[in-house]
Amino acid sequence: MLSRLLKDFQGDVVSIPGRLIALIFFVLLFLFPAFTQQSYILRMLIFTNMFVIFAVSWDFISGYTGQMNFGHALFFGVAAYVTAMLNRPAPLGMGWPIAVTIPLGALAAVVAGVLMCLPALRLRGPYLALVTLAFPLILLGVIFSFTQFTGGELGISGIDRMTDSRVADYYISLGVMLVSVLIMWKLTDAQSSFVRTGIIMHAIREDEIAARASGINTIGYKLFAFAVGGFFAGLAGAMYAHFLRIAGPSSLDLTLSFQAIIWTVFGGIVSIYGAVVGTYILYPLTESLRFISEYRLLIFAVIVILILLFMPEGIAVWVRDKIERQCPRCKLTNVSWRHACRACGADLY
Amino acid sequence: MIEGIIVQTLVKGSVYALLALGFALIFGVARVLQLSHTSFYMLAAFGLFTLTDVAFLGGIPFISNPWVAIVLSIIVTTAIGLAVYKLFIDRVREHHVTVMLITLAVAMAFQQIMIIIFSGQYRSAPSFVSGQSWDILGIKVAVQNVLVFGGAGIVMLIIWAILQKTRLGIAIRATAQDTEIANLMGINVSTVLLLVMGIAAALAAIAGVLVAPTMVLEPGMLWPPFVMVMAIITLGGLGSIKGSVIGAFIIALVETLVVFLLPTGAFLKGAFALLVMIVVLIFRPEGLFGIVFEEERL
Repeated sequence: MLSRLLKDFQGDVVSIPGRLIALIFFVLLFLFPAFTQQSYILRMLIFTNMFVIFAVSWDFISGYTGQMNFGHALFFGVAAYVTAMLNRPAPLGMGWPIAVTIPLGALAAVVAGVLMCLPALRLRGPYLALVTLAFPLILLGVIFSFTQFTGGELGISGIDRMTDSRVADYYISLGVMLVSVLIMWKLTDAQSSFVRTGIIMHAIREDEIAARASGINTIGYKLFAFAVGGFFAGLAGAMYAHFLRIAGPSSLDLTLSFQAIIWTVFGGIVSIYGAVVGTYILYPLTESLRFISEYRLLIFAVIVILILLFMPEGIAVWVRDKIERQCPRCKLTNVSWRHACRACGADLY
Repeated sequence: MIEGIIVQTLVKGSVYALLALGFALIFGVARVLQLSHTSFYMLAAFGLFTLTDVAFLGGIPFISNPWVAIVLSIIVTTAIGLAVYKLFIDRVREHHVTVMLITLAVAMAFQQIMIIIFSGQYRSAPSFVSGQSWDILGIKVAVQNVLVFGGAGIVMLIIWAILQKTRLGIAIRATAQDTEIANLMGINVSTVLLLVMGIAAALAAIAGVLVAPTMVLEPGMLWPPFVMVMAIITLGGLGSIKGSVIGAFIIALVETLVVFLLPTGAFLKGAFALLVMIVVLIFRPEGLFGIVFEEERL
């Protein structure tokens, strides 16, 4: 049993460089607090973990089903506001513990996702992008006009913190991130023999009419994508609010929606790991440029333009294509510097 | 109050119409969403400010004749628009999402560059007709507002004449209808696209210099009209010229009504305008005047 597991590990993880890099990266993330416990760096990584979930959930909705969602911050913001309103003390809120309010916030994001879907199901292409863009802006207008409940510009502050120690916060964010990304990765796995959603979502993106003609309930699957993506984006938003201890209008901002898209496209769209890589490169980079805050967004914009012009499929996919090669006969992934396939011995060139 | 609503609707509507018209032209011909469109509006307003402001260049205005300053800032902005098209949009024109992201990044970059140069303070451009107002049918209207409405009307008439009466207009309409067939008929499609981009940037620049004296200038000023123009062109039907002009006045009316009638209207105006757009799209998924192509139908 154990030797079988070891053999699987050797064949499916160690000999595929992309997976080996991912494994080493996550092991390093788990060991990270052993190297430094500097509060600022841990805080940055906690936020990065939250934004990884956020970006991956965008990839899940828009990358896989091709439904361009330009208002992804809606889920993030709805969950942040719901959990903050339920968690804050009695006169305005309910004072419920965060173990209850965070799941409720994520469920509220699911409801928002389904509501957003209702007009979105009939629309496509640029129309859909522009309508989804509108939803968080509408909510933002409502929030600014009912300041006694929502705090207006200042947002809702004074909510509970996640845990009392930064290191515990870090491990919670890392654990939730890993589990969420794993679930979404498995749900979108087109070669899986257990779940059909992956291949169906690919089919909807490639040709919706053909998918419908083959008897796939495309509307149901689009709803499913919006609900699942909304849930995970909401989870990220609710936890983010408790890490930051404030739920403000910036969580519904246009820039947040676009950042999710930019992180994902930077790393590589329609590949869950692309969103992870993109967020882990871009968010700490732009955060650490804070000391030249004037140039921060400019550098961000220039990086995006250069990547889109010269590496349009994303940096993670570009690197993967450089180090991995698929065997033409048995479709097994090989290291690109091998001359013959490791399983069937076919010539790789 | 009713006079105020009418005047505001006409003024705002004509600014939105100029912006949306350029946007619709680009979408109609090139089939891309050019999201940095309203940054040209911002750039032109700042161009006017730089050229005419007394304090900015130490004592003397750069150019004392206001009309020269207006024309110069429109020309410079149009040149920037053409450069953006050649450098960024033209290479990735086939990939819609890439174009949206890249033009958005361009808009962000423009905003940041302006913040670095002008430090994000609130500024105002001088008006050549400040304080004057005319009586029109018993309603007092500031001359600047008449200038905005009249200028926009004349420009839109010129665009209509170009599209309907000239060879260039026929080429533009043919390209919008079918790029490949237009190419086969001997129309140089890339030149047409470049010209349309120039026209659109010039329209945004004209809108910018027309309203610059009436509003506060700051580099973030490109976002409020950005959202409104999105709502307008979706409402009117993507790529439809008529739809974008009519949609502009509908959205301007909704916005003005909300501002005048609701106590917290200044925050809710965007929400209501977008709500109108969503309601229209639920009943007519292709917008008011949009065309559904057979291969794009769901």
